[in-house]
Amino acid sequence: MISLAFGEVLVDWPLLLQGLASTAALTAVAAPLGLLLGICCAWIRSDGPRSLRWLVASYVELIRNTPFIVQLFFIFFGLPGLGVRLSPELASIIAMVINLGAYAAEIVRAGIEATPRGQIEAGRSLALTRRQVFTHVILPPALGRVWPAITSQIVIVMLGSAVCGQIAAQELSYFANLIQSRNFRAFEAFIVATLLYLALSMALRAALVAFGRRWRLTR
Amino acid sequence: MARRLFLGIAVAVSFASTFNVHAQNALDDILARKTITIAIPTDFPPYGFVGTDLKPQGLDVDMANYIGGKLGVKVELLPVTTANRIPYLQTKKAALVISTLGKNAEREKVIDFTFAYSPFFQGVFGPKSLEIKSFAELKGKTVGVTRGAIEDMELTKLVPEGTTVRRFEDNNATISAFVSGQVQLLATGVSVAGNMMQRNPNLGTEFKLLIKDSPNFIGVAKGEDKLRTRVNEIIDAGRAAGDLDRLSQKWLGRPAGDLPK
Repeated sequence: MISLAFGEVLVDWPLLLQGLASTAALTAVAAPLGLLLGICCAWIRSDGPRSLRWLVASYVELIRNTPFIVQLFFIFFGLPGLGVRLSPELASIIAMVINLGAYAAEIVRAGIEATPRGQIEAGRSLALTRRQVFTHVILPPALGRVWPAITSQIVIVMLGSAVCGQIAAQELSYFANLIQSRNFRAFEAFIVATLLYLALSMALRAALVAFGRRWRLTR
Repeated sequence: MARRLFLGIAVAVSFASTFNVHAQNALDDILARKTITIAIPTDFPPYGFVGTDLKPQGLDVDMANYIGGKLGVKVELLPVTTANRIPYLQTKKAALVISTLGKNAEREKVIDFTFAYSPFFQGVFGPKSLEIKSFAELKGKTVGVTRGAIEDMELTKLVPEGTTVRRFEDNNATISAFVSGQVQLLATGVSVAGNMMQRNPNLGTEFKLLIKDSPNFIGVAKGEDKLRTRVNEIIDAGRAAGDLDRLSQKWLGRPAGDLPK
């Protein structure tokens, strides 16, 4: 008979709370930076100099075709070989930004390419500069079109941060693992962690939808 | 939608909690099926590692085959990490865990142990340039350790406030963190440290502090007394015949010596 004893896991609630806060914080820092990186890359890919386009395309392909954990290990265990030593938390944020950046670049580019040609020409004929056309004419409706996809991608990156515990970043799954390695209540610890992740991703999704409405990205 | 989801989870949890596990008859099952599944390490030389032929080998692997041989059954080796060894036993995915498992009170609450079969000790290791004479001097230092290993639990009790303990998922990650300079000190078993020092002589690593003398025991699922008694008989006989000493000599370079029961 498997007997569940959630009390033994929940007694460590300060650790779980710390983990939850830390996962939320990692996402809160990484998501805007990653999205910004993605937008820059999307701009370069659709309207940048040829050499830079190549560079961005290689970056996007490299990141989208390798596992997140390998990218994370490369940054944490590999970069010290080049003299760059990062804390687990900083390494996690950088890995998340780089990862989200690559996916967001493709998502945003899809939104940009769906912009009717006439709108861009209308902007140009009003004597707007190329950058002004991008930031005022192309980007806002493009982001609006792909905002649901971006929301999903940010949630995926948040959930993906669960592997950051592997390099000792103190996020939610790190603490769930720590608790179960102390009291061997693995099943209970992971059920609790699952529910916390579920709550966090639902809250994050709701926040991103509200953000989209607030800035009139989506109707 | 959300309500239905939570309802589903609640049903799943209550279903799982009334789930029945088989009666305590692991030994009969093993003898009937003529196979025993034994969890062994593959990241812990010389106890368990993957050789150049890609097959697991080491002291724990030999011990697993030794026990299988004495039981007269086929051995199925199941590679596990330090962090998941005990869950594998709790969920009966393995009948025995022979994976440098130390005995302590926390673990005795959830699994049972046989007699000890090989010697082991854990310590803190670090570069010669770093002067460390006592645990108090670890204050302000960063120590890497494998989460859930016995040295993790003991170290947590010994380090002073203000020490950063970074816990990694398995021994390979812990060693990588030390070798790449992500942590200043390493808390681990002597064999792991020895192996790391051999491969990285340039780091100038030395033994600093003793964490615990902790011989290895074989883990058995809680309440499997028939299986545990049988394995204890095999260990006792192996000790009397000198087989355990030979095993220890082969992999650790010293006899097993006087092991606790």
